[in-house]
Amino acid sequence: MWKFVLPVVVLVTATGARADETAIKLKDGPGRDVVMNNCAACHSLDYIQMNSPFLDQKLWEAEVTKMIKVFGAPVDDSDAKAIVDYLSRSYGRP
Amino acid sequence: APAHLREGLAADSFSLDPHLPIGLRNIAQLEALPGKVPLIKLTYRPPNYETPLHYFNELFTPNDAFFVRYHLSDIPEVDPKSWRLAVGGDAATKPFELTLDALKRDFMPVEIPAVCQCSGSRRGLFEPHVAGVEWGYGAMGNARWKGIRLKDILDRAGLTKEAIEIAFDGADGPALDKTPDFVKSIPVWKALDPDTLIAYEMNGQPLPHFNGAPARIIVPGWTATYWMKHLTRITARSTPEDNFWMKAAYRIPVGKFPLVQRFLTQETAANTPITEMVVNSLITTPAESEKVRMGQTLTAKGIAWDGGYGITSVEISTDEGQTWSRATLGPDVGRYSFRQWTFPLKTTRKGALTLLARATNAVGQTQNSTLIQNPGGYHHNLMHRVSVIVG
Ligand code: HEC
Repeated sequence: MWKFVLPVVVLVTATGARADETAIKLKDGPGRDVVMNNCAACHSLDYIQMNSPFLDQKLWEAEVTKMIKVFGAPVDDSDAKAIVDYLSRSYGRP
Repeated sequence: APAHLREGLAADSFSLDPHLPIGLRNIAQLEALPGKVPLIKLTYRPPNYETPLHYFNELFTPNDAFFVRYHLSDIPEVDPKSWRLAVGGDAATKPFELTLDALKRDFMPVEIPAVCQCSGSRRGLFEPHVAGVEWGYGAMGNARWKGIRLKDILDRAGLTKEAIEIAFDGADGPALDKTPDFVKSIPVWKALDPDTLIAYEMNGQPLPHFNGAPARIIVPGWTATYWMKHLTRITARSTPEDNFWMKAAYRIPVGKFPLVQRFLTQETAANTPITEMVVNSLITTPAESEKVRMGQTLTAKGIAWDGGYGITSVEISTDEGQTWSRATLGPDVGRYSFRQWTFPLKTTRKGALTLLARATNAVGQTQNSTLIQNPGGYHHNLMHRVSVIVG
């Protein structure tokens, strides 16, 4: 076993270090902008990174369908397809 | 600063279990929310932050190090002066509203130590991984919760014979209207349990914003999904609550876990709502991969907890589970609390020394050596394993 140690940059302000989701960088690739435009309305994009890379194409498709059907994500069909393609390519099970 | 803070800040590092998803390990970092010490950030919005393991060397988890979990990202700061609690529903004969002052003045205060643990704590350690917030060990904490009995509120509301569930809503809500609001219910018998509270203080201080100010539900023994934060409405129901968060989320397969308390008005043939916590334990000292000198005697330390039956033993193995020896239990401060334990450890051989911890409770439940798979990734209570390097 090994210890996973990350360098930590702590920005100290009057209220302490501030969290900032603009630092999140999704991997480059076709469909990235579609994901950024459709998937950040309700939560930050680290929800995607965190759930990787263990979902395959079918499971990413199930996630996107859940976002639309259960949580009401306003995503049209062609965008949904581009999102699933991007996610399974960039954040899918190798 | 108190010792735990100095430690936390000096360390400026934290260990992540190598079994967590790589994607999570790449993004997790120490970040401080307003009013909090740096915690392990899993997601920014909604905020999901877990408590670094070393804080569990203390019996009670400091408020400013207590984990933060939200589903939905519209989280208002609630002004305690204008806050109102609405109590009603089709199974209540006398609906009413309360201010925070009236709640504190009109009902008898009680204080209970209890573990608040996210149902998905350790989800990230499931193999194969399941989707969700990929928590490690720290989506939990132990605190002294002070408030009033939910039962006293329900008595004033005059429940009808038809009341089967009591539902809770909080001030937080979804970013888009189409997302189901987070509303949870518990069976009426659990709501009337004298240990089920509406708390306004934790560890002697008002609830921190991110832990549910100004008042939240406390359901000792049950996982935190029912511990509604920023409580605004209590609804007595003659029918089962049927939103997404009850009907689809937070469910476990029927019959797979050795649990006692069941939520029958929500149970189907296939699955049932998660209820009480499974028995569990954690080794907090030594830390993973710590180097120790040959011949040195260490005191291993940790905590154990369960759904409220009470921890009866914690055993330690240093030979991969072939033989077990009893740890010494610390004082019993209440059946819903963490129970501390210590174990003297001799280092007689160079190389890796691996400890396993296993807790057992008063109804004979013990920890698992193989995972009970379930789609939500709940109730992970595999024995905790820590290796030190003897040199
Ligand atoms: C309308 C709101 C909304 C939109 C838009 C949305 N999501 Fe979600 N998403 C949610 C909610 C609510 C959750 C549950 C959050 C929680 O429990 O912490 C969630 C959770 C997730 C999770 C964690 C796994 C799970 O199922 O809980 C992933 C991964 C995810 N979303 C991906 C996406 C992707 C990809 C998109 C773009 C197609 C997207 N989301 C757009 C509401 C949304």
